[in-house]
Amino acid sequence: MKIKPGTIMGVCTGLAVFILIAAFPFWYGGLKPKAAPDIDLNTPEINALTEKQCVTSTEYMKTEHMKLLNQWRNDVVRNGSRTYIAPDGRQFDKSLTRTCLACHSNKEQFCTRCHNYSGANPRCWDCHSETASAAARKAIILKEKVNLHGGH
Amino acid sequence: MKSEQDMTGHMDKNKITGRIWLCFLIAVIAIGVFFYLRQLSMGLSITGMNQNITWGLYISQFTFLVGIAASAVMLILPYYLHNYKVFGRITLLGEFLAVSAVIMSVTFVLVDLGQPGRAFNMILHPSPKSILFWDMVVLSGYLLINLVIGWVVIESERQGVASPAWVKPLIYLSIPWAISIHTVTAFIYAGLPGRTFWLTAVMAPRFLASAFASGPALLVLLCLILRRFTSFDAGKEPLQTLAKIIAYALATSIFFVLVEIFTAFYSGIPSHKEHFQYLFTGLEGHTTLVPWMWASTVLAFAALILLIIPAARKNEKWLTAACIAVFISLWIEKGLGLVIPGFIPSPIGRIGTYIPTGPEIAITLGVWAAGFLVLTLFYRLFVSVRAQSSSAVQRTE
Amino acid sequence: MVDINRRLLLKAAGISAFGTIFPSVGYLISAHAQEVISKNTAPSAKRWAMLMDISKCPAGCRDCIDACHGIHNVPLINEPGQEIRWIQKVPFSNAFPSQENPYSDISLKKREPVIMCNHCSNPPCVRVCPTQATFKRKDGIVMMDYHRCIGCRFCIAACPYGARSMNFRNPRPYIGSINPDFPTRTKGVVEKCNFCEERLAVGLPPACVAACRHKALIFGDLLAGESEIRTILRNNNAFRRRPELGTEPHVFYTG
Repeated sequence: MKIKPGTIMGVCTGLAVFILIAAFPFWYGGLKPKAAPDIDLNTPEINALTEKQCVTSTEYMKTEHMKLLNQWRNDVVRNGSRTYIAPDGRQFDKSLTRTCLACHSNKEQFCTRCHNYSGANPRCWDCHSETASAAARKAIILKEKVNLHGGH
Repeated sequence: MKSEQDMTGHMDKNKITGRIWLCFLIAVIAIGVFFYLRQLSMGLSITGMNQNITWGLYISQFTFLVGIAASAVMLILPYYLHNYKVFGRITLLGEFLAVSAVIMSVTFVLVDLGQPGRAFNMILHPSPKSILFWDMVVLSGYLLINLVIGWVVIESERQGVASPAWVKPLIYLSIPWAISIHTVTAFIYAGLPGRTFWLTAVMAPRFLASAFASGPALLVLLCLILRRFTSFDAGKEPLQTLAKIIAYALATSIFFVLVEIFTAFYSGIPSHKEHFQYLFTGLEGHTTLVPWMWASTVLAFAALILLIIPAARKNEKWLTAACIAVFISLWIEKGLGLVIPGFIPSPIGRIGTYIPTGPEIAITLGVWAAGFLVLTLFYRLFVSVRAQSSSAVQRTE
Repeated sequence: MVDINRRLLLKAAGISAFGTIFPSVGYLISAHAQEVISKNTAPSAKRWAMLMDISKCPAGCRDCIDACHGIHNVPLINEPGQEIRWIQKVPFSNAFPSQENPYSDISLKKREPVIMCNHCSNPPCVRVCPTQATFKRKDGIVMMDYHRCIGCRFCIAACPYGARSMNFRNPRPYIGSINPDFPTRTKGVVEKCNFCEERLAVGLPPACVAACRHKALIFGDLLAGESEIRTILRNNNAFRRRPELGTEPHVFYTG
């Protein structure tokens, strides 16, 4: 069987186009790695805590926080289960605004910079507020403090 | 010698017409895409839909086009079950029309979604109690079946061999499957407790009857277009048989509507009458659809008369006119004429108004153009394969 | 005793699973199953319901609507046909079509019942939703999962009470002051009353009930034998919107 030169040309063009599209993230983002953002964890709320520990291990939260948040939202919305019991026994309200953002009140620093860096584009803020009302925030921090003292 | 020159001149002209047609379709698609991007950023607020009338042009097109897709069965059934040879020439045209129509109808559902990025939730979180779930199942199945049948049959034809035996069962399966897509689509409407206009057992039969008129009418027109612009001629007989099928289906469709009207008005129940009053006389001064419905009615009866009188039906000019009339009439009746009155009056007695906006119409035309682009490419393939095989036949002769 | 209870619960669970497959048949049986569950797990089992005494609701008062829409970040879009509503007041004949007669007193005709989601026991909106974005909780509340809604609006077509609204546009610019403790919605999803499940979770009554100075709205648990709502229903002839449709609404009306 004889292969026509036109066929070879066609295959090559096709391959070139495919590679160009497949490599989109590289040429679109530029080839140099960007410096990872330096995140400041010190918010007044965190500084006021006696024990500076997130709802679960920092390592887990760094990579899997989206899974935990997704689990929380399913629990709250679909199952009506609102209290999260941390591995160390502390209890938290399963709430992005009232729990997470109560401590990490620097959303711009804490969420946005990392998401921009990693190209993640979560749509949480389309609906959820960055800060809970003063009353709701107070309630959450108190709950944590009470539990902390009760636990030790 | 001279006549051959004429022929080639004619062919070149058709080639140019074909290119212009493709460019036109692509331009319409581009305009549709432009407005769809606007809809993505601004939401469905760029359409004429509102809290009272929450489905509009998109869902009407979806409903109508599922009918066009289902109508392929009107060719498959006589040819394969009753060995009606005359349709052998055009069954593929019906299958390719079905494929294009399903693609269009599914696209219309997608452009109608408020959150199209989440469309996959239908598969991630399937709900077998939802008719929309089953509609997704039957429509994707129907698309797949017809793609496979169409592809295998035309490929066998191209190679000059008989189709493999395994497509036969698939073809038989496509017959009840075609009925199912339109039945399930009717059930989307007919199973809703508060919407009396749709809450009728005759909905699915009505859907099928009108589909078996509008689909074949479109196919007759397409065959005439192919004869005019390509080397393929379906011949007189298949078109005449199609015309008879259209006549019977149209008569049944009109009958079903009249049955509905009898039940609504003789029973005298206001919630059943209101929708038809809205359609044909207007309700409390709201008359948006009245001229459309009367146009649909007049066209339907005119077409029925033309198709019943043998002399008129056999005259291709009149046949063309009748088919155009059937198509437009049922496009109105099974489109906006079916969807909008279901929402009027609303559950709390509000009479809304729905007028499609410019962007909405542009997106709608874009989807139609995309469907016709697919159809054109399929039909081109069909014509070239037929030309090839007929020249092969001539050579052997 | 424990074993019997467990067996009953398992039976109930089995019947409910059957009910999800054959909704209409299952519905009849699962009503019985619900009763079984309630007897065995009495304190936690609830069936929330609302009751409105139309005669106590003065014309022109909007306290319940303002409270609900304020707390839940319901946008105020003042274009005809675009309004989003969780709760509204409509003329009697609109809430109860064909239940008006020409001879009733003019003051009766002027009454405006408050209408909202009926949190039906047999909700058509839940049945038709292709993604289970709308679902019914064990306590009877018909909930929306705004993260999952694809905006197909099948539920709006299915709801015979006009209780649902579509976000045709981004609602945020239309919210006067956002309550940060409750999410807003995004464009492209449907929304409706949630019986204030977020308030019930912390022991508060629904916002509309709390806001009503005329005690026209009563909220409670139908499965608690001595609840106020249960007592009123026992002693009065209450009615519901379009009961003939078999949806079993859980918003009742008297007066």
